[in-house]
Amino acid sequence: MEHQTPFRMTIREKMNMILRYLRGCKRSFVLALGCSCLGTVFHSLTPQVIRYTVDEILVKPDATLAVLVQAAFAVLGFAVLRGITNYGQRVELAKGSERFVKNIRDEVYDHIQRLSFSWHVAHSTGDMIQRATSDVEVIRRFVCNQLVEVVRTVFLIGLYLWIMFSMNVKLASIASIFVPLICIISGVFYRKISYHFKEADEAEGALTTCAQENLTGVRVVRAFGREKYEIDRFQEKNEFFSDLWIRLGKISSIYWASGTLMTCSQILVIVLAGTWETVHGNLTLGEFLAFVTYNEALSWPVRTLGRVLSDMSKAGVSMDRVGYILKAPEEVDHPGDVELPDEGDIVFDHVTFGYGDHTVLKDVSFTIPRGTTFAILWSTGSGKSTMVHLLDRLYDLNDDQGTITIGGVDIRKIRRSDLRRKIGLVLQEPFLFSQTIRENIAATRPLAGDHEIRRAAEIACVDEAITEFRDGYETLVGERGVTLSGGQKQRVAIARTLISDAKIMIFDDSLSAVDAETDTKIRTALKENLEGITTILISHRVTTLMQADRILVLDEGRVQNIGTHAELTRCPGIYRDIYEIQMSSDDRRLLEGGDGNGRI
Amino acid sequence: MAAFDEKEYTQSFDLSIWKRLIPFLKRYRLAFVGMLIFNAVCASIDVVIPLFQRYAIRNFIEAETLEGFWPYAAAYAGVVLLQTLSVIAFTRNSMHIEMNLGKDLKRELFNHLQTLSFSFYNVTPVGYLLTRVMADTNRIAGMIAWNMTDLLWSIFYVGGGFGAMLFLNWKLALVVLLIVPVILALTGYFQEKILRWNRRIRKLNSRITGSFNEGITGAKTSKTLVIEDQNTNAFRKLTEEAELAGVKAARLNAVYIPLVLFFSTMAVSIVLLRGGYMVTEQLLEIATLSTFLTYAVGIFEPIQMTAANIAEFISIQASIERVTDLLDRTPDIQDSPEVIGRYGDLFHPRKENWEPLTGEIEFRDVTFRYPDGGEDVLKHFSLHIPAGTTVAIVGETGAGKSTLVNLACRFFEPTSGQILIDGKDYRERSQLWLHSNIGYVLQNPHLFSGTVRENIRYGRLDATEEEIRAAAKAVSADIVVEKLEHGWDSDVGEGGDRLSTGEKQLISFARAVLADPRIFVLDEATSSIDTQTEQLIQEAIDHLLKDRTSFLIAHRLSTIRKADLILVVKDGKIVEQGKHLDLLKKGGYHHDLYSKQFAEESQARVLKN
Repeated sequence: MEHQTPFRMTIREKMNMILRYLRGCKRSFVLALGCSCLGTVFHSLTPQVIRYTVDEILVKPDATLAVLVQAAFAVLGFAVLRGITNYGQRVELAKGSERFVKNIRDEVYDHIQRLSFSWHVAHSTGDMIQRATSDVEVIRRFVCNQLVEVVRTVFLIGLYLWIMFSMNVKLASIASIFVPLICIISGVFYRKISYHFKEADEAEGALTTCAQENLTGVRVVRAFGREKYEIDRFQEKNEFFSDLWIRLGKISSIYWASGTLMTCSQILVIVLAGTWETVHGNLTLGEFLAFVTYNEALSWPVRTLGRVLSDMSKAGVSMDRVGYILKAPEEVDHPGDVELPDEGDIVFDHVTFGYGDHTVLKDVSFTIPRGTTFAILWSTGSGKSTMVHLLDRLYDLNDDQGTITIGGVDIRKIRRSDLRRKIGLVLQEPFLFSQTIRENIAATRPLAGDHEIRRAAEIACVDEAITEFRDGYETLVGERGVTLSGGQKQRVAIARTLISDAKIMIFDDSLSAVDAETDTKIRTALKENLEGITTILISHRVTTLMQADRILVLDEGRVQNIGTHAELTRCPGIYRDIYEIQMSSDDRRLLEGGDGNGRI
Repeated sequence: MAAFDEKEYTQSFDLSIWKRLIPFLKRYRLAFVGMLIFNAVCASIDVVIPLFQRYAIRNFIEAETLEGFWPYAAAYAGVVLLQTLSVIAFTRNSMHIEMNLGKDLKRELFNHLQTLSFSFYNVTPVGYLLTRVMADTNRIAGMIAWNMTDLLWSIFYVGGGFGAMLFLNWKLALVVLLIVPVILALTGYFQEKILRWNRRIRKLNSRITGSFNEGITGAKTSKTLVIEDQNTNAFRKLTEEAELAGVKAARLNAVYIPLVLFFSTMAVSIVLLRGGYMVTEQLLEIATLSTFLTYAVGIFEPIQMTAANIAEFISIQASIERVTDLLDRTPDIQDSPEVIGRYGDLFHPRKENWEPLTGEIEFRDVTFRYPDGGEDVLKHFSLHIPAGTTVAIVGETGAGKSTLVNLACRFFEPTSGQILIDGKDYRERSQLWLHSNIGYVLQNPHLFSGTVRENIRYGRLDATEEEIRAAAKAVSADIVVEKLEHGWDSDVGEGGDRLSTGEKQLISFARAVLADPRIFVLDEATSSIDTQTEQLIQEAIDHLLKDRTSFLIAHRLSTIRKADLILVVKDGKIVEQGKHLDLLKKGGYHHDLYSKQFAEESQARVLKN
């Protein structure tokens, strides 16, 4: 259900994005590159030693031993230098790339936290996680491996060609023809293959979906005795998937082989031409050997270069995908925003609000005097939480949609963090973090003492259940730990809210999964402990509603009635109907087999 | 509820685990042979190519003649071409092995999963199974095909290289050989550490993914509690840990690889020194020395890679173990060989021997305990359900209303006692026979990707278009279908995601109707259908349930009232049973439930109208 136009960044924006996350690690990258180039230089010196040695031996047979010892030590010396630069390159590159990816991850995570609620509602979790993990990994690989590799390879090609040209122009010219050729051919071919790979990836996706649906729908499969059908279906996709890959394998085998052919041809041509030149006296034997070595050392990096270059487009796509998240505006408070006034009534003034074309609140006005308990009876299931969302500024009203004020201050002028901190909200389906129960309860006040935590749990009637767990308050909840029942979750969430220093408490149908007896117990405990705090209850249970100082009845988004329990039961309306149903459900009628259609 | 534990897998090499792969590998003997041969050809050519250089130096450069140059060039080119062709051949063989092996493993696993019992599915997360079916099989197949290719090439190349060196000059070759144990020792020492750190990095990465998941799904809660900063700080600690681990692993590599480089260069230096001396003494040709040096330089990289390769290769042992563990799991519920002989198995049903099912069900002294449960939920329970009876099972959410249905459908079997269908213990007939006669409609209906039509047809695969439409019409699903953009051809999305729960319930209802089963199970099947539609299909349901044995797990009053028999479940146990009015008169738990439900429904009606 996402309607996203593909988000594209310009090259410049992408460059800026990379640069931004290189903060604190640019030095590492520069060092790594320096080490890498230096290592290449040392590497290029070894064939020169061989050349020198061979030519010396052939020319001056008497000086040999000294020459050989020099050569052996030179080779070993260069190896040591290469080893040092190699170490430096690896360590610095790791430091740089780990910091780089940490920078991105931290910012993406933090940013996601601060995106507006409506943004979260509009985007699927799986896709966002994909962007935050896989796409970030692609960017990391690109910046940390490929980009560095490209720079090094270009340097290597330049250096080697320069050396080769200084040795023999004719041979070097022949070798250099191969460079762009191999680069382009492998690049173009690779790109073509990647296109096919995408197709194969999709086939794998379809296969995975098929397996997943079968496993989640195992009851349906069994109940219809459709095992064989499922197997056939899976096998068909399985065959398609592997056939596609085998076909792809055929194409890529040609790709690999053509690479081998090109590289080998380059070596072959240079060996032949070099032999020719040497025989004609244009090259010494030592030079021939050195030249052949350079040529071989050149051929591999050229091949990878082509692939890396054509792979870059992938990184571009990933950057767009991550950039899409980062570009979404965070919730920001304006500099002039104030704190929530300590005391004050909550006033909804002609509030009209909806999602898309669907209006949920229609011209709603009411006042909740401070320190009172206010209950809301809502007639349609959907959008029940809208009022809560508005009050907690998960959504903001536009200027033409009325205003909500607390203590006379428009809540849009109140700092979000302050507002939310002082509004304690318990949701119907609360979310607990994969931490211990203690950590969950103490979420808003990590330093809260044992005593406070237990006290909150006791009020929420969940202390007993918690202590029954083997690890008590240290029990881990969620995927890696214990699964709590809906009622237990609700009660832990209540405890979590109680421990915060909220001035306004909202219970959004938050005892729906708790049985009636516990419900009463919790409400009594709450009543004793919420003295002086403004409490908003949203519920369908009359027993919950009736204890409020005032009750608001909303019907299809409009205020149908507002008043005390006594007032509302006196006049006809939804509230009275509900009240009568719940309070006087007549056993006799049931026993007579009442049809349940008529109102009692 | 117990959390799902994943078994810790053996770390040390265990041949018996690997042997399990043999039957799978046997099928591709030919491809393995092909891969082996072409790989060997490839590696041999890699060994031979330096010899061409030697030939050129000896016969052209040192002889200062170009006689025989062109035939030499042609031979060289021929070898290059042969090399190219064998690359094609062995990659194709490897690909063939990879894909077919993967396919076979997937099929085997998937087929086996179809036979496993609900007791298994109830405690095993789908994600876990999916990883086995997809990721583990891919990994095994990929590693077997490609790591083996790499390994073989390295072995051939290193072997060939040493062979060539020994042939050229065995004394010099021994010098090079002396360095090999040093490299191996280094590799052994570092590889283990590197592997350990890599494992740690992988774990950290999966924790980071988990954090993202929680940060996103818990965003609303974080906002309302204003704990964004706290979350970010916790996340930063995690990424910091990952950063440190990454650098640490890189540091190990950064020491290891230069060390290998140093020692292998040492071998090269010794060869240069000793060989060069031999050249001046006329004991060695310079062409031979240069070729020798080529080998000495080239041989160490494959050796070093081989170690990493082997370590990685062995690491698939865990995947193999996970896959074979799953394959070894026997279904808790199995048909006996006699039953299979008569009625056929899942894949080859012998429908000609199937008796028609009338739907009489009898629980005879049934005691039952869930395989993972601590106490008996049924004790010596006996109940006779004549064919055509409508049984309602009532109770609060989570009270265990599905137990009886699970038993009657043979998704679980009684711990002791018997369940008879049509007067015969159902273990004397095949599971498929029973399941083919059951229509099951769930509260959270599961649809499969595909069109609406395909989903309804799932109930009876050979149904005609008319029958499908008729089934849909019977439960008013046709109204829903017609509202969809592409009508009957509308894609329902993954798991039916594009439809609302109510719509899904109707489609799954039509699916069950099409199956025309003798036993119907409706598990709160109409809970999300709006009141109007519900009234429409209520009649259809009544009609359908007539003459069929049915289980209704429901709390809608209308359904309960019409049932022939009501079973009241509390805390997993049947506490009351009887006819609706009798139970009400008794004023027990059913009465409480009923009153409560009555109130809720009346209230819902007030709020909706």
